Amino acid sequence: MSEKYILEMQGIVKEFPGVKALNGVQLKVRPGTVHTLMGENGAGKSTLMKCLIGMYAANAGTITYKGRAVKYKSTEEALNDGISMIHQELSPVLERSVSENVWLGREPKKGIFIDYKKMRQDCLELFGKMGVDLNPDEKMKNLTVAKMQMVEIVKAISYNSSIVIMDEPTSALTDSEVEDLFRIIAELKAKDVAVIYISHKMDEIFRISDDISIFRDGTYISTDQACNLTQDEVIKRMVGREITEMFPKQECGIGEVILKVDKLSSGKAVKEVSFELHKGEILGFAGLVGAGRTETMETIFGMRPKTGGAVYINGKEVNIKSPQDAAANKIALLTEDRRGNGILGILSVKFNTVVANLKTYGFPVDSKKMAADTQEYIDRLSIKTPSMDAQIQDLSGGNQQKVLLGRWLLTDPDILIVDEPTRGIDVGAKAEIHRIISDLAKAGKAIIVVSSELPEVMGVSDRVVIMHEGRVTGVLDRCNLSQELIMKYATKEEVESKSMVREGE
Amino acid sequence: MSIQRKKFLSDNMIWLVLIALVIIMSIANRNFATVSNLTTLLTGEAIKGIMAFGVAFAILTKGIDLSLGAVAALVGAVSGALVQPTDFAMRTLSSGVRLPAPAAILIGLLLGAAIGGCIGAIIAYTEIPAFIATLGAQLICRAAAKMFSNRPVSKLSDDYRFLGSGRVLGIPMIVIVFIIIAVISWFILVHTRFGKSLYAIGANSQAARVAGINVNANLIKVYVWCSLMAALGGVLLAGRSGSSDPSTSGLNYELDAIAAATVGGTSHTGGVCSVTGVIAGILILGVINNGLVLMGVDDNMTNILKGIIIIGSVVLDMRKNIKKV
Ligand SMILES: Nc1ncnc2c1ncn2[C@@H]1O[C@H](COP(=O)(O)OP(=O)(O)OP(=O)(O)O)[C@@H](O)[C@H]1O
Ligand SMILES: [Mg+2]
Repeated sequence: MSEKYILEMQGIVKEFPGVKALNGVQLKVRPGTVHTLMGENGAGKSTLMKCLIGMYAANAGTITYKGRAVKYKSTEEALNDGISMIHQELSPVLERSVSENVWLGREPKKGIFIDYKKMRQDCLELFGKMGVDLNPDEKMKNLTVAKMQMVEIVKAISYNSSIVIMDEPTSALTDSEVEDLFRIIAELKAKDVAVIYISHKMDEIFRISDDISIFRDGTYISTDQACNLTQDEVIKRMVGREITEMFPKQECGIGEVILKVDKLSSGKAVKEVSFELHKGEILGFAGLVGAGRTETMETIFGMRPKTGGAVYINGKEVNIKSPQDAAANKIALLTEDRRGNGILGILSVKFNTVVANLKTYGFPVDSKKMAADTQEYIDRLSIKTPSMDAQIQDLSGGNQQKVLLGRWLLTDPDILIVDEPTRGIDVGAKAEIHRIISDLAKAGKAIIVVSSELPEVMGVSDRVVIMHEGRVTGVLDRCNLSQELIMKYATKEEVESKSMVREGE
Repeated sequence: MSIQRKKFLSDNMIWLVLIALVIIMSIANRNFATVSNLTTLLTGEAIKGIMAFGVAFAILTKGIDLSLGAVAALVGAVSGALVQPTDFAMRTLSSGVRLPAPAAILIGLLLGAAIGGCIGAIIAYTEIPAFIATLGAQLICRAAAKMFSNRPVSKLSDDYRFLGSGRVLGIPMIVIVFIIIAVISWFILVHTRFGKSLYAIGANSQAARVAGINVNANLIKVYVWCSLMAALGGVLLAGRSGSSDPSTSGLNYELDAIAAATVGGTSHTGGVCSVTGVIAGILILGVINNGLVLMGVDDNMTNILKGIIIIGSVVLDMRKNIKKV
């Protein structure tokens, strides 16, 4: 590490009411490298980056960028100076088009008017260069979270910055887009751009990192070249103890069918989807982005209109038209879009925990019980928060996710659907969540796990349903699971070509 | 430590402002801090205050209600017309009986609730902005009131006037009603599922829906509550003066109510509202009104000061309650 650094942060301190998020943290980044930040949920990674780009003012510490001391007062200043950031929490302008989002705040002009044509063309050019398949005219709100994420990535890179910060960019992506992103990152490196990368996914970190800095509870632990580290060593430094990454699958008796979905359709997104879910079973859903998994779950849960087919619970047909109806049928859905339809940002952790369960607190509402229930889940999911009265938007991303999981567990559902349940969750907590899911199944609950992480789906599921463009293309038993087979069903062309080969034989 | 102190200041800013104002007014004018003046102050603000509790619920859910004053006028005229003397030559309703006050008031409140139900249903199901829906309702209700009676509805019966101008143990009934409404509002917001749902809807209506809250039904209830408060205000206004003029009764009251709720920290970005805050907001504007009149300050100056306070309070509030990106 003899080259000089493009960025040096020293002794950074950041205090919030009730928490010291950063306590004298340092970070030294070399140009043309991928520098990964690791640490548990709430370790202070995002906060450190926000101090760098001027979103937060650090209470103490110095930042040296390209040899000069800097202290940005706003993100615009940082952007103009060549530092851009992809935020952990997306903030798209939903009513605008993709291209308008990419060029937001720096629209190309013709005289005093926005030059929409150029905007569109530049956008297509960018997409082409990065190999991203998106329609620049599509309204942002029609995109899936993964596609929104790709837009954010394209946007951050379009600034031609010297440092690009990526805060958990892959948490919403599937493998193929992750590959696109890694290709983009390689190109950036070749142009001597430094990438600061935050992620909880071990395998990808070891694939792309040059340097790894580790943080714990707002303190700096170490920086090493990735080749000198092992996965176990990183985890040990992150949590201060050793843990196993994957929770072992527990065998449990699978009971009768509780949920039967028959030729369910919803517009163009869900086409004649059929499957059965048993008591005590964990049913995984795999597929590429746009496969319609999220949309299928939203249709079952009454969030989007059903245009065909039927849903049966315990053999009886049910007509679920709203999340309220779903709740009455004891179905819970942890949605994928944490910010959009998950958290109530300005309200407290307590409120966010009990909100789906309000009807059980009687009249007048039993505030003591609310507090007790919240405390139970704070302890059970080890949620890191200064108090249960803190606003949920002030929690780290992973801890927000845990609160939402707690919200749904609290409703004691018979059918629990979790869409990307461990998005942005650190390794230790992930194993813990897998254990909770497994325990619920053991207690006879039926669970659907939608996940873009194949190891996760394969690790927890009894069976896996694979979807492609709104249709179910395959169902695999646990004993037949393999990454290759899932990918084949997920990219249907190959399955077809395979069956053609069979016919040819 | 300094962070703690900052937090204390920002949480209690509004009360500090109120206390400061009271001190300034008491020093500036000896007649301010007298029982009789403070009673006048409270009686003057009570009706707007009641409407402020109404509109605060709407603002909490990111809505607004511009129809309060007009609904008050309509309800005041209709219920007032039911308690005029039967032999009164200028009677609004040419035929008909004279109802006992409770019946007339009940009819007035039911009328208010019905109007609120319509407004709420339009807002909930058509998803047009509350601003537009209630602006329309304002025009319609004011016009309806004027069509109902083209002259003041006067000579209201004494029992009807009790709420607006009576006293119990020397305390004006109007103030007692205000306090009761404050307590009910507090109870709803803090201790009922309905109140909790409103916070959730205001904070993130999509997320509230996913969490199983019936957003539309709750929005309808919000506007029923708003119009109910407006109707109560109309009854009190008519009772206070003994007559109700459809063209001027309650005029611009919605603006004062919105101002009080806003100064009281109810956030127009939704999800933030406290009854104590709204009370403080009502009192701050009341103290300014009353104090400056006592000091003989010109009406225009008073309004300029009020304008500054309203804008300032929202600026402060936005700093405190930003939804973070
Ligand atoms: N605006 C804020 N107000 C108050 N506390 C905050 C704020 N932002 C962050 N914190 C606190 O600072 C700590 C560090 O949060 P940060 O978001 O940096 O964690 P992180 O390492 O990015 O975690 P994750 O992996 O979950 O994203 C947390 O305890 C969090 O609650
Ligand atoms: Mg983070």
